[in-house]
Amino acid sequence: MFELLGIPPQVLLGQLLIGLINGSFYAVLSLGLAVIFGLLNIINFAHGAQYMMGAFVAWMLLSYGGIGYWPALFLAPVIVGVIGIALERVLIARLYKLDHLYGLLLTFGLALIIQGLFRNYYGVSGLPYQIPSALQGGQNLGFMFLPNYRGWVIVASVIVCFGTWFMIEKTRLGANLRAATENPELVGAFGVNVPRMITLTYGFGVALAAFAGVLAAPIYSVNPNMGADLIIVVFAVVVIGGMGSIMGSILTGFGLGVIEGLTRVFYPEGSAVVIFVIMAIVLMIKPEGLFGKSA
Amino acid sequence: MSTNENTKTATPAMHRSVGMPGHMKIIFVVLLAVLIALPFMVYPVFAMKVMCFALFACAFNLLLGFGGLLSFGHAAYFGMASYVCAHAAKVWGLTPELAILAGTVTAALLGLLIGSLAIRRQGIYFAMVTLAFAQMVYFFALQAEFTGGEDGIQTVPRNDLLGLFPMGDDIVFYFFVLFITFGGILFIYRITHSPFGQVLKAIRENEPRAISLGYHVNRYKLTVFVLSATFAGLAGATKSQVFHLASLTDVHWSMSGEVVLMTLLGGMGTVLGPIVGAVIVVTMQNYLAYLGAWVTVIQGVIFVIGVLMFREGIIGVLSKIFKKPL
Repeated sequence: MFELLGIPPQVLLGQLLIGLINGSFYAVLSLGLAVIFGLLNIINFAHGAQYMMGAFVAWMLLSYGGIGYWPALFLAPVIVGVIGIALERVLIARLYKLDHLYGLLLTFGLALIIQGLFRNYYGVSGLPYQIPSALQGGQNLGFMFLPNYRGWVIVASVIVCFGTWFMIEKTRLGANLRAATENPELVGAFGVNVPRMITLTYGFGVALAAFAGVLAAPIYSVNPNMGADLIIVVFAVVVIGGMGSIMGSILTGFGLGVIEGLTRVFYPEGSAVVIFVIMAIVLMIKPEGLFGKSA
Repeated sequence: MSTNENTKTATPAMHRSVGMPGHMKIIFVVLLAVLIALPFMVYPVFAMKVMCFALFACAFNLLLGFGGLLSFGHAAYFGMASYVCAHAAKVWGLTPELAILAGTVTAALLGLLIGSLAIRRQGIYFAMVTLAFAQMVYFFALQAEFTGGEDGIQTVPRNDLLGLFPMGDDIVFYFFVLFITFGGILFIYRITHSPFGQVLKAIRENEPRAISLGYHVNRYKLTVFVLSATFAGLAGATKSQVFHLASLTDVHWSMSGEVVLMTLLGGMGTVLGPIVGAVIVVTMQNYLAYLGAWVTVIQGVIFVIGVLMFREGIIGVLSKIFKKPL
């Protein structure tokens, strides 16, 4: 077997795999942020809390309703998405005429409420969620051991990301959406119900976060704080990629996950901050982000 | 260039705004009188905590209310200053004024570093960038040797002021803290009501026009960013001397959120708003601490209500009623 700079390939590939998994979450979450930002012009600070809700709803479905992983993978995003739609209608919709910063402050408040409530009832110690039986065990690839569930997380994220990309870039619905992002008044004049589109877009973005949460539930323990720190890293990912491009968000998410994984191999102390360092470099060289249009 | 800018700002209207208006003088004198009597009425450590947070919120408001820049990472300056001050007092044995100075200078340098990168983006990107850098500082504090990781720096000594006056007694130390925080708040008031503050206001209201008038907008933004970080650091450093402690709480993102809450609740862009907001939030945390995570929920609810129907904040509403800027 080959060795790279004295690092055994198992270690390298193992960290690459973890990097890809983290990258999957970055990609799905930053994609959701970008979709919401495109149409609503707000940064959804509650995204991390909604990711956490996805994991919790999956856990609740199993614990209280006996509903397993596969239905939860569909049900939890729908439930959390509907809650998101309600929040958008009741609260966020009142802010569209104001400075965008108010949207950030409002969703920050929502994140505090959601996280506080879950912390109150479930504590911070974390709840276990079993890997579904079909995905237990793993494959011996000869050079490394690939747990089935981790492989599935990557595959599912890629499918969801590219499905979203296809829907936005290649379908008629997506064309309306992109047009409304450019000029909502004009699209409204053509008879498209823009406010409803905005609401559904928010619901969809939130559902993406919840989907990532369900995927994360068996890997990380289900914990009220699981989204809080993650979302800050995702913000950095979004700054690096720029939110102008759907494909850009996806590629930046996966790419930064891999870079983070590699850093863990070669310079473990730096792995927690490498994404922030990259953000600093990008701000110096190309402030609008790798795939961003001008600020 | 500087003479050029002086002529530009030397209009009569601005001269009038430089002196402190009569009602503000009265308010500050009354405030000072209350603060002098305060340690004999309430627990002095609590009073000092409120004053440190009042200065912190005023520093934050300097950037948001007058510079129009929403930073979501002010815990970085507050927390790092607190760590450096605690380290200076404990390991180097510095006197309180020098330890606090060391912490404040650290915050200023950190503000220069982060600010020069962050001002390259605007609006919500600016908020996200500052939050991300603050998280980086948090990880640094978590991993670095001198910060003590999860334990923080504990049992920080309060050495003799100027090497002469013992500061062990909380009431005595209170007056030193009063001097620092009240002085800091007056200094911030002076900054916002100077020609520099007027230019900041112009940039906030209409940046392209300020550029077309020949102002180096980014230089102004960076200056106000560094000033804001410096005063946030002054507050954090002082707080670590008050509590004999520097910990991860001070550098965590929830601290950044709290200072936003104080400013929003009191009224951003007002002089007294951040002070009122700090008093309310700190008091609430103190008296509702037994509720545990409900405090977070309550803070979130205040955020939501504040943003939806109370955007001027308490002082903003009052200043409308009295028709005077407060």
